[in-house]
Amino acid sequence: MYTQGLDQAGTDEQIAVETDELLSAFQERIDAEEKIEPKDWMPEAYRRTLIRQISQHAHSEIIGMQPEGNWLTRAPSLKRKVILLAKVQDEAGHGLYLYSAAETLGVSRAQMVADLLSGKAKYSSIFNYPTLTWADIGTIGWLVDGAAIMNQIPLCRCSYGPYARAMVRVCKEESFHQRQGFDIMHTLCRGSDEQKAMAQGALNRWWWPSLMMFGPNDSESKHSAQSMAWKIKRFSNDELRQKFVDATVQQADFLGLRVPDDELRFDEDSGHYRFGEIDWQELFDVIAGNGPCNKQRLEKRRQAHSNGAWVREAAQAYASKQASRAAA
Amino acid sequence: MSANQALIAYTLRLADNALILAQRMVELVAAEPELEEELANANFALDFIGQARMFYTYAGELEGQGRSEDDFAFMRDEREFGNLLLLEQPNGHFGDALVRQFLFEAFYLHLLEALMRCSDQRLCEIAARAIKEVKYHFRHSSHWLVRLGDGTELSHNRAQTSLDDAWRYTGEMFTADEIDTAMQENFDGPDLASIHELWRRDIATVVVEATLQLPDDQWMASGGKQGRHSEHLGFLLAEMQYLQRSFPGATW
Repeated sequence: MYTQGLDQAGTDEQIAVETDELLSAFQERIDAEEKIEPKDWMPEAYRRTLIRQISQHAHSEIIGMQPEGNWLTRAPSLKRKVILLAKVQDEAGHGLYLYSAAETLGVSRAQMVADLLSGKAKYSSIFNYPTLTWADIGTIGWLVDGAAIMNQIPLCRCSYGPYARAMVRVCKEESFHQRQGFDIMHTLCRGSDEQKAMAQGALNRWWWPSLMMFGPNDSESKHSAQSMAWKIKRFSNDELRQKFVDATVQQADFLGLRVPDDELRFDEDSGHYRFGEIDWQELFDVIAGNGPCNKQRLEKRRQAHSNGAWVREAAQAYASKQASRAAA
Repeated sequence: MSANQALIAYTLRLADNALILAQRMVELVAAEPELEEELANANFALDFIGQARMFYTYAGELEGQGRSEDDFAFMRDEREFGNLLLLEQPNGHFGDALVRQFLFEAFYLHLLEALMRCSDQRLCEIAARAIKEVKYHFRHSSHWLVRLGDGTELSHNRAQTSLDDAWRYTGEMFTADEIDTAMQENFDGPDLASIHELWRRDIATVVVEATLQLPDDQWMASGGKQGRHSEHLGFLLAEMQYLQRSFPGATW
């Protein structure tokens, strides 16, 4: 669904073999828009940046199953239940491709999962907000997947081949997710007063957290320059955020919903919507673990993992028995 | 009871089985032991909801009173649901949910096979489509039962207990009531006695491979098909039906 790791660099340490010649040859390949493949030489910092970003993206998909899963048992019609379940299943699938893409960089899925469960690895802050009504499911599709698409379409051209290719498929599915979210909102907004109020309430709660998904302002974004030079990242946080606001405000108008920002106005000169200041403290709090659902989301993942330990052990034990039977 | 009424009731039972099991499976989303199992569980639940929708839609057409799939799923009370008791039982641990799946799918496969040969064209068609899905579900649940049974001592013991506990809910699958009989007589429907034999044969093969014991026949619970459920179904429905009941007549 989404990664917030676009700005984060790996560690700065460079190992001895990274000569200037190698580094500049690598940069030339990037500049020539060549794809970097798993067996190609790459700077350690590039590898680590990608591992962190791709695994964080995978974790976001997996944790992102929870807020929507919260409404699976209560979806209001069989059709909506099927669509939502297919969407949540897609997210599990995205997690799987992304873990596989990260594994091509030399890290195991088990290690990545361990880092998520220990709290060392991060996932997108947006999934630490609760889904309180059915309209939240619509809003997540419309805004959260909408924001994810803004971010992920450029990743289809990312310099690292396996990530770029995984993103092509992910983006196709995300686009369907975004449309289903908008369709839920559209249906609610044509419904009863209670349904419209539900839609407005969800927009009020999800608007600002969605804008935060693009990360800090460019002036505060420390590692963007290196990621841009490596063509892991193609557009700045503020550029993408602006693009999202420009597209979304008009959709809200169409739905008859009010974007909860008193400072929002259309600027004729630039052709963009100008919006109010984001409460960055809230984002930093949520990233630091102090969002409404951080504890709950991670706890559920840990519990699923520990409850499943005996099942994974059984599968391993059976596989070993089979292997020794075959050898005998 | 007319032949048409029996056909409607029978079709609704098929729909209820698929929906109630799917609802239990949906509760397991984001709680599976491995990511690959998340994909499998969601995939199979999608198949079951799809089958429920086809059966409900057909029941509505047969009834001719304009009831939709959602009217059947969300606006009936538990006494009107005709699913098997086995399927409404809480998920428990992975082994419990798996054994429930395994015992039902072994039965459902043969039921669908028999329905493909019944004289009601539409049920034949739905069964022909559903059986393709249930075949691979059963392969999946059989493989897992073998892994658990022939895995570790802990998994073996848990799987055996799951099997022993679920066994009491298998009896009603094969006990024909007037609707089953009407379906068999008027539409050349499934013969539950012969399905019982096939079911025993199939599950015994897997259970032996899993190094587990088939439970002895014991007292069997019944009543699900006739709408006399365990305490669990009411809660399942209360959760599932909540939005439709809170906002009657709304479009979603």
